[in-house]
Amino acid sequence: MTTLLEIKGVSKHFGGFAALSDVSIAVARGERFGLIGPNGSGKTTLINCVSGSLRNDAGSIVFDGRDVSRLPAYMRTRCGIARSFQIPRPFASMSVLENLAVPLEYVVHRRSLHTADTRGEAMEILKDIGLADKADTLASSLSQVELRKMELARAMAAHPRLLISDEAMAGLSSNEVSEVLEILFKLNGTGITVIMIEHIMQAVMKFSQRVVCLDAGRIICEGSPAEIVANADVQRAYLGA
Amino acid sequence: MRFWISSACAFALAVLAAATLKNEYYFFAGYTVLMFVVLATAWNILGGYAGYVNFGTPAFFGLGAYTAVVVFKATAAPLVVQILAAAVMSGLLGFATGLLTLRLRGIFFAIATIAVTVIMETLFINWRYTGGATGLQLLRPAPVWPFESYITMLFVVMAAMTVAAIAIARYIETSWIGRGLRAIRDSEEAAECSGVSTLKLKVFACAISGALMGAAGAPMPMYLSFIEPASTFNLNYAIGALASPMIGGTAHYLGPVIGAVILSTIQQVVTVTISSELNVLVVGVLLVVFVVAAPEGILGLVKKLFPRKKP
Amino acid sequence: MIFSFELLLEAVVFGILLGCFYAAVSIGLSVSFGLLDVPHVAHPAIMVFGAYCTYLLGQYGFDPILAGIVLMPPFFLLGMGVYRFYYETFEKRGSDAGVRGIAFFFGLTLIIEVGLILVFGVDQRSAEAPYIGKALSLGEMRIPWRFIVSFGVALVLMTALTLYLSKTFTGRAIKAVAQDEGALRLMGADPVWIKQWAFGIATAVSALAGAMLIIVGPVEPSLDRVYIGRTFAVVVLAGLGSMTGTLAAGLILGISESIVLMHFGASWAPAVAFGLLLVVLGIRPQGLFGR
Repeated sequence: MTTLLEIKGVSKHFGGFAALSDVSIAVARGERFGLIGPNGSGKTTLINCVSGSLRNDAGSIVFDGRDVSRLPAYMRTRCGIARSFQIPRPFASMSVLENLAVPLEYVVHRRSLHTADTRGEAMEILKDIGLADKADTLASSLSQVELRKMELARAMAAHPRLLISDEAMAGLSSNEVSEVLEILFKLNGTGITVIMIEHIMQAVMKFSQRVVCLDAGRIICEGSPAEIVANADVQRAYLGA
Repeated sequence: MRFWISSACAFALAVLAAATLKNEYYFFAGYTVLMFVVLATAWNILGGYAGYVNFGTPAFFGLGAYTAVVVFKATAAPLVVQILAAAVMSGLLGFATGLLTLRLRGIFFAIATIAVTVIMETLFINWRYTGGATGLQLLRPAPVWPFESYITMLFVVMAAMTVAAIAIARYIETSWIGRGLRAIRDSEEAAECSGVSTLKLKVFACAISGALMGAAGAPMPMYLSFIEPASTFNLNYAIGALASPMIGGTAHYLGPVIGAVILSTIQQVVTVTISSELNVLVVGVLLVVFVVAAPEGILGLVKKLFPRKKP
Repeated sequence: MIFSFELLLEAVVFGILLGCFYAAVSIGLSVSFGLLDVPHVAHPAIMVFGAYCTYLLGQYGFDPILAGIVLMPPFFLLGMGVYRFYYETFEKRGSDAGVRGIAFFFGLTLIIEVGLILVFGVDQRSAEAPYIGKALSLGEMRIPWRFIVSFGVALVLMTALTLYLSKTFTGRAIKAVAQDEGALRLMGADPVWIKQWAFGIATAVSALAGAMLIIVGPVEPSLDRVYIGRTFAVVVLAGLGSMTGTLAAGLILGISESIVLMHFGASWAPAVAFGLLLVVLGIRPQGLFGR
């Protein structure tokens, strides 16, 4: 397996606070990768550095052999990195379908705007995710689980090679969790690499092939789900012993 | 198609009025109404679609007016050339202002546009060529055939610009550009992560909006036969351009048109019969009432009352 | 341009007096916009309103400073009311609050301005006090007492507010609410209530600032337009919400304005605040003392 995403010695400071210090992670093509850690451990900061919402202070982020650390977020999306947000950020004034049309128009069909069948493609994705019946609903009137699904659908509309799911299951019922999990498995089945950030341990452990645990901006453990569960440092970080 | 037919009809009506009506007052008043329609439409491209409040309408409008004067004084070029030059200059100002401040949050942009207005006014107060603080008297050239009166000609020119401005706003709104701008307004971070180059798009919207405001300002010196900084960079233009879309509705290109027609009609009535201060009070109260009680403006209210009909 | 050391010294002395005054009129905005993130473009209008209230109280024999202090409690309540209304109608509803919030405060500005015109007319009004109209002679220099008085009040006001924000529980909560609402909630304090309280304080401070406005010079209803630029320039230059920064930024603005005024003439002075503001926004938007 070849490496798709390589995070090399990335650090990020906010004023005097070190949110990330010297984090290195390599994610292989087609891998299902889990990222865990207690609140404030730097997971979302790391994801923001990868997706381009933040710039890392030191180190580099190499995606598919190309250093993307200095690229703005929209260029990284066009390179093939897509994400969902921990707190959903829908385009609230648009319908679900239009939400998907944004990445379709700005990433996929940039050179064939008028000939492309944006609507048809968006419907395909919505069918896959199970939101087809909500296509013309206003995003602001969706339920929590529908919002989560729409975020994933919108990320998919950018035709990513790497999908980062930032706590897409937070606040969902256990039935809904397995629904979203199933979607992520399905997407991974089509060859998309998935990084899952999650608090729901069962879900992460079931989904991931490999897991990294962050604490206070550092990697404290890396390994298979079973190794992580058994690791003393991880238990300490979570239980605060 | 329906849009183009109704636009053509409206414009034909304006030309017909110009050909038949003899009382110049109508054109004097009509010109102002149309001018505010252009300003409000231009404002809405950045303010309504992308959600960035611009208080700097007077800066773009005034730079357009002064550009026209400078072009006229230096070369005696015809009105069309003056308008084009004004659009270019104000577009450049929009580009520069946008580049400087649109990467910041909306409130900073809003404050920066006030700053640009004051700086523009200060520059022209201190520039002797255009008459400094006292201003410049201008002699209108003869109207171009087939027009007999210059005011009527300005009215028809402004009517043409109105159609052009609305058509541009409509194109932006219904195309991928408008979708990108709306994505920016709803969530800038999500837009960026969906592949929208937010800064480029915002700067583009700011430049187009500025260019249209500049074009709207270009005929003003000839309309008044006079130019002077204090009234050219007057805050009233900012008020009209901002309040009209807020009252009419920012989501649709007809919103600013409806708002501007209502506001400038009120202005004509209240200013003439009572006082111009009271007019500002009426606008202020309407603005607050609408943003509080009807955030989607008149168009939003219409949609609520007649849910199936599209406005 | 004629350069002379005496002229420069005079400009700097005036600049310092003026700068302290600018810091004092901006400090309310530093709380409401800098700490609470409210797009309070009506701040200068409320201040001018305070100046007119001072004028009214002056008609009954109140000294302007005393009037400003008397006005603080009612302005405090006014501020709490305005914030509560803003919160219920805009912040709570969330989406698109930015545009409508700014438009709301802009509308408020227009209403206050025209309200003052309708009641008082467009003529200038000034206050009366023993220290207005007299000057202190220092060698060649003549410094009007009204500037010295406003300088003193400004210093007291800013010291009091800085102490309040750093020493009292509520003050520290106000500073905390700007950084982390969640943490504050965990501590058992209601962030909305804290913000409402802070906005009340900011408005009360604006009342006293309004009194200083009419001490320093005559006021007219449209005076707020000039102060939009000055106050926002100071707050942005200072770095949002920084109190020491506000004083430093006020001094920078005051000194540069007074130098431009003396060397280039009055017609260039209005652009100083705004030019400074644009430069800061373009180069260092987090301000000189920003986080």
